[in-house]
Amino acid sequence: MSEMKQDSENAAVSPERRRFISAATATAAGLTIAPGVMLYEVAHGRPEEQAASSAVRWGMMVDATKCATGCDDCVTACSTENGWTPVAESKHPKQAPQWIRKLVLQDPLTQMETNLPMLCQHCAEPPCVDVCPTGASFKRADGLVLVNRHTCIGCRYCMMACPYKARSLVHESLNDTQKPDVPRGIGTVESCTFCVQKIDRGDGTTACVEACTASGHNALVFGDMNDPESEISKKLRELPTKQVRADLNLNLGVRYHGI
Amino acid sequence: MASITFREVEGSSPKFWMLFGALGLFVLFGALAWNTMHHYGHVVTGMDNQIVWGLPHVFAVFLIVAASGALNVASIASVFNKPMYKPLAPLSAILALALMLGGLLVLVLDLGRSDRLIVAMTHFNFKSMFTWNVFLYSGFFVLVGVYLWTMMDRTVKTYSKAAGTAAFIWRLTLTTGTGSLFGFLIARELYGTAMLAPMFIIMSFAYGLAIYLMVLAASYAWTGRTLGDAVMMRLKTLLVVFVAAVLYFVVVQHLTNLYFAKYHAVEAFILRDGGIFTVLFWVGHIALGCVAPLVILLSRLGKQRTWIMIACALVIIGGLAQMYVTIIGAQAFPLDMFPGMNVKSSFFDGEVHSYTPSVPEIFLGLGGVAIALLVTTFAVKVLRLLPVTLDDETVAKLEH
Ligand code: SF4
Ligand code: SF4
Ligand code: SF4
Repeated sequence: MSEMKQDSENAAVSPERRRFISAATATAAGLTIAPGVMLYEVAHGRPEEQAASSAVRWGMMVDATKCATGCDDCVTACSTENGWTPVAESKHPKQAPQWIRKLVLQDPLTQMETNLPMLCQHCAEPPCVDVCPTGASFKRADGLVLVNRHTCIGCRYCMMACPYKARSLVHESLNDTQKPDVPRGIGTVESCTFCVQKIDRGDGTTACVEACTASGHNALVFGDMNDPESEISKKLRELPTKQVRADLNLNLGVRYHGI
Repeated sequence: MASITFREVEGSSPKFWMLFGALGLFVLFGALAWNTMHHYGHVVTGMDNQIVWGLPHVFAVFLIVAASGALNVASIASVFNKPMYKPLAPLSAILALALMLGGLLVLVLDLGRSDRLIVAMTHFNFKSMFTWNVFLYSGFFVLVGVYLWTMMDRTVKTYSKAAGTAAFIWRLTLTTGTGSLFGFLIARELYGTAMLAPMFIIMSFAYGLAIYLMVLAASYAWTGRTLGDAVMMRLKTLLVVFVAAVLYFVVVQHLTNLYFAKYHAVEAFILRDGGIFTVLFWVGHIALGCVAPLVILLSRLGKQRTWIMIACALVIIGGLAQMYVTIIGAQAFPLDMFPGMNVKSSFFDGEVHSYTPSVPEIFLGLGGVAIALLVTTFAVKVLRLLPVTLDDETVAKLEH
């Protein structure tokens, strides 16, 4: 109970602070383009009765050249924010859900190693949504691909369809690490939500990105890819990036630099 | 044309009750297995986030595919107008329904939330192949049910051909749909072939007929009715054709895949380096499931009933091995997100995924088989499905 209270207190305080910071950037950014929309969408979050807008497309840029060996701060932050048990603490590590994971790639020829986080790519043409029999997998107007935990029947067809292994089935009863604003449930499928609860609060960023920035690695940038003045759009213009399995033409919401 | 008398199985011999009891026991075990899985979650299975469809899917898809094939004998009778097959048709239809029921039950009870079946029945996403299959399966029950009715009720007999044709077309679509469940998974290399749907159809012919033959022979032997060689030999020849076709399709599929460089890795996995999957492919599917039955049926052994039964059993075992390789082998092979790179992670990226079926999964799968056989046994007992005799003389009369 006390945990819940603390949570809601946090929720009440921290967005204020963040709102102030992001409002400052968004004013500068938003004014030139569509001031009203920008201020509303990014800076103030979204009131419950207003639907998500397709004017925004949330996205993430991963700079693999900055992603550090041995660091998994993004993974820890995601598990803390969203309440899933870290794999190392799980009783059944083989079956434990992982919303985000660190990949280490090695070129067999040159031995060069690349680090990067792998998470749901929030495809604009998501195969998981196409195959879902009940429509529980869905894409929100602002690009977030989510699972409705009330209509997911746990058929796992979406897991078969996802080219990035981004999804996990909750294999066992959940312990009490669950968060009030992140619904989860045994027998249903889940994956990275781009921290939808934070976005809807108006934070304008995600837990993993915050953690990466806090660690000083600055490998992750999050923001609105539709807004040409957002940090992510500018970065994407500057640096060459790639989509993983670009051959599948899924138009991904996560872009990688340095792979 | 000579008329054929159909009759239910009279009296209740201890043999019948023993069979009934044994099957019932397996159904009970299946129910317990489901209860365990439902109570503890999929943590009690061998499945994880890499192998997401395990042994229950192997059984479920096998039964569904075989169900469509079991209808073959009835289709030959009505659609292709072969009088010799007419007396064999009712059993073929009921077996098709029973196998379909068993397969669907396994599929549904393996859902993460099998208690939400009603959600699956009320929320539809028409882009999903799964949704289409829900309709195909329901339609199958209705059409084959009507067809069975037209065969058994003299007053509606005139519609038998129409109903049979409808059921025939429907089940071809259904098997195509089942094959396409996999064909739509663009991420998995092994499924990237247009051959999957036609292959499923031809496999359904072989598996369905093998099961039919065994059930037919068993029902006649255990009820003391006569089943002549004419019928057995005719069906045996048909089985040879189907099994040979399966072998042909499998060879062509792998040869075409080998032609395309992007499939080389996954082909090498299945055909050479896949461990249990390679063994199941070569020994289970090819040697035991195709070559051995062909040798038995085409040699002098194929004249003896015991050997025909052995061949049928081998086709069924081979079919299960094939489903295991197709469904689980494709998942065991790691997704290639970064071609040319070695990948490591806490989520088993870049490595071949291991899978060991757990006891509840085995019993859930067997429970589905048991339900199918139980329904068939019960139907044969209470309905007029089996001709009183199928001796050579009676059958010969049909052809004139
Ligand atoms: S990455 Fe996978 S889970 Fe995420 S949207 Fe794409 S297909 Fe769906
Ligand atoms: S597991 Fe759930 S979200 Fe995934 S396809 Fe099935 S119903 Fe949809
Ligand atoms: S965006 Fe949020 S949910 Fe997604 S990986 Fe990062 S922390 Fe986890």
